Order: sequence, then C-alpha cells, then structure tokens
Amino acid sequence: MLDSTDRKIIQATQAGLPLTPEPYQAIAEQLGLTAGDIMKRLLAMQDKGIIRRIGVVPNHYKLGYRFNGMTVWDIPDEATDELGQKVGQLDFVSHCYHRPRHLPEWPYNLFAMVHAKNREDVDNQIRQIAELLGGFNHGCDVLYSTRILKKTGFRSSEKSACDQSVIDQAT
Amino acid sequence: MMTPLHKQLLNDYQGNFPLSPRPYQDIATELGVSESDVIKALTELNETDVITRIGPVIPPNRIGVSTLAAIAVPEAHLHDIAQIVSACPEVNHNYEREHYFNLWFVIIASDADHLQQVITGIEQQTGYSVMSLPLMDDYFIDLSFRMDLHDC
Repeated sequence: MLDSTDRKIIQATQAGLPLTPEPYQAIAEQLGLTAGDIMKRLLAMQDKGIIRRIGVVPNHYKLGYRFNGMTVWDIPDEATDELGQKVGQLDFVSHCYHRPRHLPEWPYNLFAMVHAKNREDVDNQIRQIAELLGGFNHGCDVLYSTRILKKTGFRSSEKSACDQSVIDQAT
Repeated sequence: MMTPLHKQLLNDYQGNFPLSPRPYQDIATELGVSESDVIKALTELNETDVITRIGPVIPPNRIGVSTLAAIAVPEAHLHDIAQIVSACPEVNHNYEREHYFNLWFVIIASDADHLQQVITGIEQQTGYSVMSLPLMDDYFIDLSFRMDLHDC
C-alpha cells in the first residue's frame, strides 16, 4: 500500500510543510528526491485515499471552539451507513464514525464530534442531529471534554517521534 | 487581531493546498496579495497556535491500526491513571470527559497484535479494564469544518 518513500514523505511533512517559497523542494532536499517526486507522490496518496486532504489544520480550541462534544447515538445497525452519511454532512460535525456497541454499559454505535463556542450551541446541534435521525434514534448521550490530558502536537519545535501522529482521529 | 487574510487562509485552505512548486505564490495570486504576505500570515497563525500545521491529514487506519478506548475511573484516581495512559507512546489523544467512562484515548499501533498488547499493558498497569471501540466506518464528507471567525 505504502512504500518506504511514501512513508518518508509522510514523516517529513508531519510537523508541517516549511513556510518557505518552495516547500516541496525543501522536503525533497532532505530526502534526496526532487520536488516533482514529492508532489507526484502526495497527489497519488491523495487519490488512493491515504491522504485525506492537504491544507491548513486549524486549532479549534484556540479559535474559541472550547466546547468539544462527543455525541453518541444508539441507532439500528442496518441504518448506520445511510444515517452516518447524513450526520457527517452537517457543517458542525467534524468527524462521524460507526463503532461497535459494548453492551450492557455502552449501547451507542454512532459517534459524531461537534464543536461550538458555548454549551447552548452544542445543545442546539444535538437537537438537529436528533431531528435528522428521527425514529431511528433509540438513545443518545453527549460527552464533553473537560480536560485535554494529551494531544500529540505538531508544532515544528516539538517534532513527534511517532509518524502516525498525523492521523485525523478526534476522540 | 486576525486580519481578513488570516481568516481566508483558515477557512478556505483546509484542503486544496496547491501541489505546485510555489504553492504560497499560487494562493497569493488567488487572493490578490503577495507571496510574502501569505507566508507571513501563515507564520503568524502557526506561531500563535491558531493552526497546528499545514500539511497532509491522514484518515484513521490507513497507516497502522487504531482504536478509541475508554476507562471508567473513580475521580480520586483519575490523575494517576491518566498519567499512566498518557505516558504510553501509542496513545495520541487522551481526554477527560464528563461520563461514567471518564477517560477517553486513541491508541495507534503498527498492527492488530501490537494494539492488543498495548491494551493489555494499560489494563495491567492501571488495574482497570479498557473498553475498546475500533472504527468500523468513517463517514467522512469532503467539506471542511466551517468556522465562524467574526469575533476572532
């Protein structure tokens, strides 16, 4: 799926592309490749879905989106694909996932991450998701994060040893 | 404190960052500013932590195997247990949440066996069982999260 050159490119770009006029050239020089190789491989990885997007990664918290709610829903398993697509399209939902239930203590199988500047907005977002799910909603909960205990950073001064830290999976 | 250029860069370039020899120049041309304006504005956003970086974003499970895990910990032990979990190099997010399951973290491992080893290790070190909820489907829709920046 990924060859060692692809992995090296992902690793070299994990702390962010350099803010210099020719960032791909700078990465290429580090790896002994050409800027053309870097761009071609990044494009190919994007086409294959290994890279979701290339761009600015905002820090929602810093932008005032202090309320990060993990909304969880108990919906029929056979409806997760159809409903998950709809929920994922809501513009305030950043991630939407189907995960297994863990009965009896965890009946929820659909996860939608929402971000807002206050709790009222989150409540309103939950109402919109509930409306969309209608009769398929057999129960829900929202888990607010009260503290971020660890979030692997990407600032260039703080290069992570783990090349997988660029993975886009919010809790 | 944020200029219109900062806001445009934040909302309009979460994807489609140009794959061209001079990407900042291409953005500058699109926005009618200079290349150095774009580089300066992005450097400011980076230095003030408003963006974490500019670069490729990888969906879950494309590289390695991951899961979302949770532990229910009595409040009095939360701090100690959270430290044990965070110290694990395979853990890349660890959040305290308001719920019976109050500690939530993402584990990323090289393969399924490694993932299981990490889970077992956390259970042994903390003395609590770990609820593992691996991703089954990712309903990703290709729209960037749109932010309201009017009061920034």
